[in-house]
Amino acid sequence: MSGTFVGMPAFPKAAHDALGNATLRGNLRHATHTIRAKRARAVAELDDWAALREAGRRIKDHTLRHLDRYLVQLEESVTAAGGTVHWAADADEANRIVAELVKATGESEVVKVKSMATQEIGLNEALLEEGIHAYETDLAELIVQLGEDRPSHILVPAIHRNRREIRDIFRSQMGEWGRPAPEDLTDAPAELAEAARLHLREKFLRARVGISGANFMVAETGTLVVVESEGNGRMCLTLPETLISVVGIEKIVPTWRDLEVFLQTLPRSSTAERMNPYTSMWTGTTDGDGPRTFHLVLLDNGRTDTLADQVGRQALRCIRCSACLNVCPVYERAGGHAYGSVYPGPIGAILSPQLRGTASEIDASLPYASSLCGACYEVCPVAIDIPEVLVHLRERVVEGGPAVRQGNKVMLRPAKGHAAERAAMRAARWAFTRPAALRSGQRLASRTRRLHPRTLPGPGRAWSGTRDLPAVPAEPFRDWWQRTRGGKDGTK
Amino acid sequence: MSSRERILGRVRRALADVTPDERPYAEAVPRDYLREHGARTTEQTVELLAGNLADYRAIVHRSDAEELPYLVMRLLNQHGSQEVLVPPGLPPEWMSAADPVRIHDRAVSTAQRLDQVDSVVTGCAVAIAETGTIVLDGSPDQGRRRISLIPDHHICVVRVPDQVVSSVPQALERLDPARPLTWISGPSATSDIELDRVEGVHGPRTLEVVLLS
Amino acid sequence: MRVALFLTCVNDTLYPDTGRAVVKLLTRLGVDVDFPMGQSCCGQAHYNTGYRHEAEPLARHFSDVFREYDAIVTPSGSCGAMVRELYPRMGERARAEGRGDSLARTLAPVVPKTYELTEFVVDVLGVTDVGAYYPHKVTYHPTCHGLRSLGLGDRPRRLLQAVKGLELVELPGAEECCGFGGTFALKNAEVSAAMGADKVRNAESTGAEVLCAADNSCLMHIGGTMSRLGTTVRPVHIAEILASTEEEPAA
Repeated sequence: MSGTFVGMPAFPKAAHDALGNATLRGNLRHATHTIRAKRARAVAELDDWAALREAGRRIKDHTLRHLDRYLVQLEESVTAAGGTVHWAADADEANRIVAELVKATGESEVVKVKSMATQEIGLNEALLEEGIHAYETDLAELIVQLGEDRPSHILVPAIHRNRREIRDIFRSQMGEWGRPAPEDLTDAPAELAEAARLHLREKFLRARVGISGANFMVAETGTLVVVESEGNGRMCLTLPETLISVVGIEKIVPTWRDLEVFLQTLPRSSTAERMNPYTSMWTGTTDGDGPRTFHLVLLDNGRTDTLADQVGRQALRCIRCSACLNVCPVYERAGGHAYGSVYPGPIGAILSPQLRGTASEIDASLPYASSLCGACYEVCPVAIDIPEVLVHLRERVVEGGPAVRQGNKVMLRPAKGHAAERAAMRAARWAFTRPAALRSGQRLASRTRRLHPRTLPGPGRAWSGTRDLPAVPAEPFRDWWQRTRGGKDGTK
Repeated sequence: MSSRERILGRVRRALADVTPDERPYAEAVPRDYLREHGARTTEQTVELLAGNLADYRAIVHRSDAEELPYLVMRLLNQHGSQEVLVPPGLPPEWMSAADPVRIHDRAVSTAQRLDQVDSVVTGCAVAIAETGTIVLDGSPDQGRRRISLIPDHHICVVRVPDQVVSSVPQALERLDPARPLTWISGPSATSDIELDRVEGVHGPRTLEVVLLS
Repeated sequence: MRVALFLTCVNDTLYPDTGRAVVKLLTRLGVDVDFPMGQSCCGQAHYNTGYRHEAEPLARHFSDVFREYDAIVTPSGSCGAMVRELYPRMGERARAEGRGDSLARTLAPVVPKTYELTEFVVDVLGVTDVGAYYPHKVTYHPTCHGLRSLGLGDRPRRLLQAVKGLELVELPGAEECCGFGGTFALKNAEVSAAMGADKVRNAESTGAEVLCAADNSCLMHIGGTMSRLGTTVRPVHIAEILASTEEEPAA
């Protein structure tokens, strides 16, 4: 089906298709520029933003550095509050656990709150193989599911679709899945939202099993937190009899009080709101209110491998706000699909190659999908130095070296396809540490400068396909300096 | 080996380079951010709450105890409500002037039944001025989480100034994590179409907040 | 004060005019600037492409060449950021790899002494009016490493605003990357070109004759795009504007 990222081409090739799609570029440009300005205003309202960001970074770092302790504490708290905790080392195990839990209820359909973790493990596809239909209920996820599409943004998976495209998808597909869209549906966002409300309501009201992720899990209290806007989260978290939450092990915060940081930084960073419309917090089960059975599936799936990397582990601080996507000039032009992962954009470029390893073509290309402009780091509410990790992962790709995969130490070999680059880098290093050699090269270039074309053949077209080359000067600066001592002898 | 042991073992091996921090948590993570933003009088804090609620399209009313039953009646009538859900511990006087049929929050009621109810009236646990947020904690005057979710019209009464705090940190101090909590900031909304906010999806599309003094 | 010019390999080879402009400007401001002939490359391209270990000898070489000076001035935001931000990180990484403190100790002396040109003029010399004359309409593009790694802030703008005859106009989307990004320009050439074209269109929309920046690597990409798109805006390094005077105006 189309909803898979397996076998994605490398980033530059995938980006090529997006760059040629004027509608997509227009949609992305419009959406990211709208949210950029709003986020800046929402953040500027808090004059302690830098302190909140620093506290968020420290809370997450501290948690990660003592993750074993907090996982055990969380398990105890959730269990004490009436929940059941399961541990899943990888995607297959998590999918198997969830499928068995659903089957044990006797149900063959579930309603889902938008969750990055369940997308990451391909839960919907795995459930379908077991005969269980999973209905996405977030508006953007619904658009993606009805359109048999792939998500392209963390917060707004259908950001690549404009209102007219959404209307067309609703008109043609809603009837296949349940209540059809009204025949006179226009592309007014309020009407589209209303169509989704009507379509999903019957599913919410009859749902017996809900599946969610969580934005935060509080170790000391066992509380889970879901931050949302539409109310589909509240529906899935409170109406079904059974709730299954699949959550990455890095989503823990140690204390209840820690939420005071993230409930201020997350909404402003993601939807640029002072506060998102709905936040649900639940601790195990409550008699007479909400699900009677609660299962928490703690997911590793590459997170401990990421944790083992001293530079790369900071990626696990991510709270999935997507501010880095919205400011990224590469994301804006390449689109989310080019990243070949449910985690697109700058955070995806450092998360996917760590969660999945750098063996595939797409994963080995992701660390290069950045001009290292640093806008992502600047807006990150937990101060993940994304450029630092990108460069670190480039090193892993070209040099190989020690890494951890599925909990085992491995020695990675340098990736293929970098031999010429490696030779050029070595040659340049050789010349640059020998200024005489550098100077000979410069002089040769200057002497032959009239022969230099403004465009290049072969691999040089990567530059000169769109950009002229600079003209080589008559002499390098160092020759002028030596001739004139910087003009001090009067010669110009 | 169980997956639990496998994952915990992986975590411990991954952290081999890390020296455990044995300091109390409060020392390990300093917090230099503010407890609240700006200095305000109680009255100004309530003003800010009203402003921020309205900014996210909640409809804000003010009332005193005497006037409240008539205000609730008027709001329900304006909405054309035939049936209204009431949590078990809602002060009866709030509803004393209301005409619509009162539907009590019973565990056996199906979601489909609640979907036929027009409105719900609840109290709240705390309201946050800086963000325009009301928080429900399932106390008797608020009821089960679903009753403030399924009806399309939610009237929420906030006792001012007692239930109003300035900030998110102050709200968390007042809340009990053992209770199921719902934080509400304006009516249901979405930013999923072109990253632009549209009000009104699955939760109540009309949120009326009465500031009761 | 012994001041060294670290021109950078790109400027030395391709943009000697920028080097001459820095010398002219600093000399006019009373600085006796030296150009150590042993200098070559800071290692930025190596480091940022994933060849940190190949960059280490270049960083050591940089330190050998420049460590005795009191200040090291460079007309490149990204090379300045390489020394200031990434040399310490290279030392830390070597330590984490069990290779001891040698690299960190070798690099430490040059880190705090390295200044990007506009920083040096404004912060060290304490000058914002450098007595320049440049009768042109100019728009300024803050390059990413100068803006975010070094935090140059409004220093370049303050210098430009004090230039006689210069009309400074705001560049829409100024803080968006031009798309150069070193080897990014080759590895993701199409995205890079799209970013460059947007930057050029924004520059054109200002009606400026000149797009000014403090980094010739970015200007090479932007200028190459301008010339290919046949626009009327020209790329000029800020040093050449600040060096220009009524007696000796720059083009």
